[in-house]
Amino acid sequence: MDTFHKDDLLDIIGLSLGVSLSATFLAALIGLPLGGVLAVYDFRGRRAVTILLNGLLGLPPVVVGLALYLLLSRSGPLGWLGLLFTPGGMILAQATLATPIIGALAHRAMQGPWREYGDALRVDGASRPRVIRMLLVIARPPVLTAVLAGFGRTISEVGAILIVGGNIAGYTRTMTTTIVLETSKGNLPVAIGLGLVLIGLSIAVSATGFLIGERGEE
Amino acid sequence: MRGVTLAVLLLLGPMPWRDAAAAEPASPQVIVLASTTSVENSGLLAKILPLFIQKTGIEVRVIAQGTGQALATAARGDADLVLVHDPEAEDQFIAEGHASQRRQIAWNDFIIVGPKTDPAHVAGGRDAVAALTALAAARASFISRGDKSGTDALEKRLWRKAGIDPVARGGGAWYRDIGGGMGAALNAASGMAAYTLSDRGTWLSFNNKGPLVVVVEGDPALLNRYDVILLNPAKHPYAKHAAARELADWLTSPEGQAAIGTYMIAGEPLFHPSAASPK
Repeated sequence: MDTFHKDDLLDIIGLSLGVSLSATFLAALIGLPLGGVLAVYDFRGRRAVTILLNGLLGLPPVVVGLALYLLLSRSGPLGWLGLLFTPGGMILAQATLATPIIGALAHRAMQGPWREYGDALRVDGASRPRVIRMLLVIARPPVLTAVLAGFGRTISEVGAILIVGGNIAGYTRTMTTTIVLETSKGNLPVAIGLGLVLIGLSIAVSATGFLIGERGEE
Repeated sequence: MRGVTLAVLLLLGPMPWRDAAAAEPASPQVIVLASTTSVENSGLLAKILPLFIQKTGIEVRVIAQGTGQALATAARGDADLVLVHDPEAEDQFIAEGHASQRRQIAWNDFIIVGPKTDPAHVAGGRDAVAALTALAAARASFISRGDKSGTDALEKRLWRKAGIDPVARGGGAWYRDIGGGMGAALNAASGMAAYTLSDRGTWLSFNNKGPLVVVVEGDPALLNRYDVILLNPAKHPYAKHAAARELADWLTSPEGQAAIGTYMIAGEPLFHPSAASPK
C-alpha cells in the first residue's frame, strides 16, 4: 500500500457510499412513483413508456457519462451549474443509471398486488396516489429488491463517474475509479485488495437493506 | 413520511452538494488542472502540489487524461490550465486561440520497453526508428496506445519517420492498438511479452513490469517535454486565470523547479526541471 494511506481509503469509501446511496435515493424518489404510475394508471402510451423503461435497463454507463459530460461541460447547456468534475455530477450520472432499474422492477412488483387488491382498494375510495403508496407497502419485499438492484448498479459502476467525476484525488475518487487507477499503475495486489473491500461493502449494504426489509415484514 | 424526510436529510446532509457550490466560478481558491497521466500517475503532482497549496491556499484538482483529451477538456472550458507533453497538439491548441502562454517546466525521455528475451534483437540500441523498423520486420508484438495521447502521437511520428504503416503491415497480428492509457499499455505489454513505447516517469513508477525491461533509450527523438499552458481569457472567460497563473508561475519558479527535480523513485529522478533553459 505504498500509494495511499488508511485515511485516504476511508475518504474513498465514504465518498463511494455517499455518492452511490444518494444516487440510489434520488433514483428511488423518481423510480418508485414512476413504477407505481405505470402499474396503477391507465393512460395512452403506458405500454410504450413501460417498454422504454425496461429497454433502459441496459443503459450503458459510459454513454450516460459521456452525455452528462457534454451537458454539464462549461460549453454545454448545463455548464452554469458547475457540476462537472464534482460529486454532485457523479450522483446525477448514477441516479440516471439506477432510475430505470428501480422503476421497471418496482412496476413489476406492484403489478400483481394491483390486480389482486386494486378493485378492493378502489372500492374503499382510496385515490390512485394513495393506492400507489399502499401497493409500495404491500409489495415491500420486491420493491426493496428493486432499490437494492439500483444500489448495486451505482456502487459497482465506473464508466460514468470516471468521465463525469474526473477521478480527482481526494475529491471525486471512489472505490471503483481507484481500482482502475491502481490497475493502470500496475499495483495489481492493491487493486484486487480494494476490489475485495468494495465487494464486502456492497454485500454489507445490500444485506442490511434486506434484513431491514425482513424485519418490517414481521 | 417523516422518516423519509429524515432519511433524505441524513443522506444529503453530509454530501458534497455544498462543495459543488464552492466550486462555482466565484471562488478563486479551487482550480482544475487538466494533466497527463504520466505526471499524475507517476506521483509527481501528489508530491509537489501540497507545497503549492500550503504556500498559496489554492486547491488544485487534477484530472489525469491523455494529452489529446486534456487539451480537449480545456478547449471546452472545463479546466483552468493544462500540463501536457505533445508539442504538435499544443501548437494546434495555440493556433486555435485557446492559449495565452506556454512554458516548459520539465523534460524526461521516452523509452522502448520489451521482453527480456528480446525476440526482435533491438536491445541496447539508441535509435528508435531503427528499432521500430526491426520490430516490424520481425513482426514482434507491439502495443500501441491508440488514444491520441502525447506518447501515442510520438509513436505515430516515429512510424512515419521509419516509413512504415504498421496497420498495413499486418495490423492486429503483431501491432496491437489497445486504445488505453500508459498503464493499460504497460499491463498489456507485460502480459503479452510485447514491446511498447513509454514515458520514463510512468515506467519507473509502474509496478507490474513482469518480463519487461528497457530496450531502447538515449535517442534525441525520444525527448519528452512537459509544458504548462495558460488559457486565453478572451476565449475562456470562466477559467480562473489569476489562480492558474499563480500555479504556472510556481511550477516555473526556483522553488517549484526544485520540487520537480528532487522527485525520485528508487534513487532515479523522474523529471528534469527545465524552465530556465527549455529543451
